[in-house]
Amino acid sequence: MGLLRGFAVTFRQMFQRPVTNQYVIGTGEKAPKPERLHGRHVLNRYEDGMEKCIGCELCAGVCPARCIYVRGADNPEDDPVSPGERYGYVYEINYLRCIHCDLCVEACPTEAITETKLFEFSFTSREDAVYTKDELLVDDDGMPRHMPWEDWRPGEDEHTSAWMRATSPSGSAAFEGRVAWTGELGYGVRSPEAAQADKDAVTVPADDDDHGHDDHDDHDHGGGDH
Amino acid sequence: MSLLVTGSAIVAQQGDPLLFDVDLTAVGIVVGKVLVIFAFLLVATMFMVWFERKLISDMQNRIGPNLAGPFGILQTLADGIKFFFKEDLIPDRAQRRVFILAPFLSFVPAFLLFVVIPFGGDFNDGNAGVVTIFGRETFLQVADPPIGVLFILAMSSLAVYGAMLAGWSSGSKYPLLGSVRQSAQMISYEAAMGLAIIAVVVKTGSLSTHDIVVTQAGEGLGGILPNWGVLLTLGVPFVIFVIAATAELNRPPFDLVEAEQELVGGFHTEYSSIRFALFFLAEFMNTVTMSAIFVTLFLGGPAGPVLFGPGWLWGIIWFALKVFVFLFMFVWFRATLPRLRYDQLMDLGWKVLIPLSLGWILLLVALDLAQDQNWNLFAVGIGAAVVFFCAAMLLRAAVRSGQATRHTLEVPD
Repeated sequence: MGLLRGFAVTFRQMFQRPVTNQYVIGTGEKAPKPERLHGRHVLNRYEDGMEKCIGCELCAGVCPARCIYVRGADNPEDDPVSPGERYGYVYEINYLRCIHCDLCVEACPTEAITETKLFEFSFTSREDAVYTKDELLVDDDGMPRHMPWEDWRPGEDEHTSAWMRATSPSGSAAFEGRVAWTGELGYGVRSPEAAQADKDAVTVPADDDDHGHDDHDDHDHGGGDH
Repeated sequence: MSLLVTGSAIVAQQGDPLLFDVDLTAVGIVVGKVLVIFAFLLVATMFMVWFERKLISDMQNRIGPNLAGPFGILQTLADGIKFFFKEDLIPDRAQRRVFILAPFLSFVPAFLLFVVIPFGGDFNDGNAGVVTIFGRETFLQVADPPIGVLFILAMSSLAVYGAMLAGWSSGSKYPLLGSVRQSAQMISYEAAMGLAIIAVVVKTGSLSTHDIVVTQAGEGLGGILPNWGVLLTLGVPFVIFVIAATAELNRPPFDLVEAEQELVGGFHTEYSSIRFALFFLAEFMNTVTMSAIFVTLFLGGPAGPVLFGPGWLWGIIWFALKVFVFLFMFVWFRATLPRLRYDQLMDLGWKVLIPLSLGWILLLVALDLAQDQNWNLFAVGIGAAVVFFCAAMLLRAAVRSGQATRHTLEVPD
């Protein structure tokens, strides 16, 4: 009888090992994050310390959640903030609204705004939720600023930019391995992602990006990031 | 006159011996029992919430709560504390008084139900579950009214008002739909549930929960099997009661009242903070209490063999073990069965459960009568089977003709 078979299935499941991975507790380690994870944003600088943002408001225009507020201003001639005419005078992101779709990063003409891999920032007030330009802009070493309520782990601010995305503009394989982006303060010009053929040749470790599902085959999906 | 005296003597022999002579000790014992029950029920409810989450996690290959305390056992406590500090919202269009009253209306009957449940005592060797506390003989149950079973039915129907009024007073459409469903479901399944209970009452010959347990503690068939209600009534009323009670508790697969996919949260959509916690607690408390009613009516309550040590303790142990089996069953249902459609729910209630339980009562009474009159049991059984078959066919024909009429009505020319 089908009904009883269903009961047998749920009963059997009780004695199987749970597939859940523990978060933080136990080892204290977190699962490795994919390099293209969408986390909280940073505003980047050029290698000479100039801000990349030119205050064009394209990010604010494209934002589906309307969480970005930008006001541009003319650069002071004696002490320019960014190369060119204009710079981002006010830059605010409301993280109560942001859905981390990465469209602002796509829209940005100067690679000024990118997303870090940080998603654990549980602010406790509305004021904290609205990140101002001071908080978003990388510091003098090109590192993202660490707010008290953010849970940064060592090494997590390495992958602050979305340069890998630019490896293949419009998904065209012709751009594979070509550097088409500017350098960043603290990191220089990031080297391009390995070519897809090279990545396929390397055996991807099982626990790299799919958190230990042994039965899951990376190569079929072509989703290995390394 | 003499008749009256013997009558009162019989009444005096029934019921809790503690109440024959009421003094301060007796009052103290009663209050003590109430406190114990209160604490037990709260702890059991907390355990049930944790147990359900943990067990269903196991069945779904997850881990479940594991951070608050060992094995996450303090999770319910943490949730309760959190609820206290949540903002208490009352919708603008709500009927304020009824909205505030409703959670208590479902919470209080959940407590009251447990009052008539015998939860311990030694029922072996004609002991009838009497224990001695502070030199006074008493039962391990708060009250043993001669109408205990009716009290159970009354309280479980009263709990409906909590959910019904909550939905109605919220001034919002999903809660209202939830409570309409609740009322219809209760009316449909209470009948089947009552009829299943009547089968037990017929076989044990008493409405007092204590007497029902005493009867079940007696020697069973062949001296091996227990004399439990589930065997006395030949199984079918037990199955009916399982289905009807699950529906009465609004537990899956009969949780149409709070079908998340359709009604957001059902009747408690608009509730937050501690008021929501009350509904939540009442729901799980009802699950525990209903399991206790199962045990009392069908599985001999606290009756069971004494292996070593004091008999009254073994009563409590057996009772807890039996209740646990039903708690497991409810969670197992939830993990396994998909929710019924509304028309399937109504069909099952009205067209299957009620006729079946009615027929089964007739069968039980006929067999009882046959035994009394020394009729041939085999012949009675055959006759009952024939009557059953004819009635089922009649019912089927009636349903079919009803459906046919409905179809002609639906398509006007």
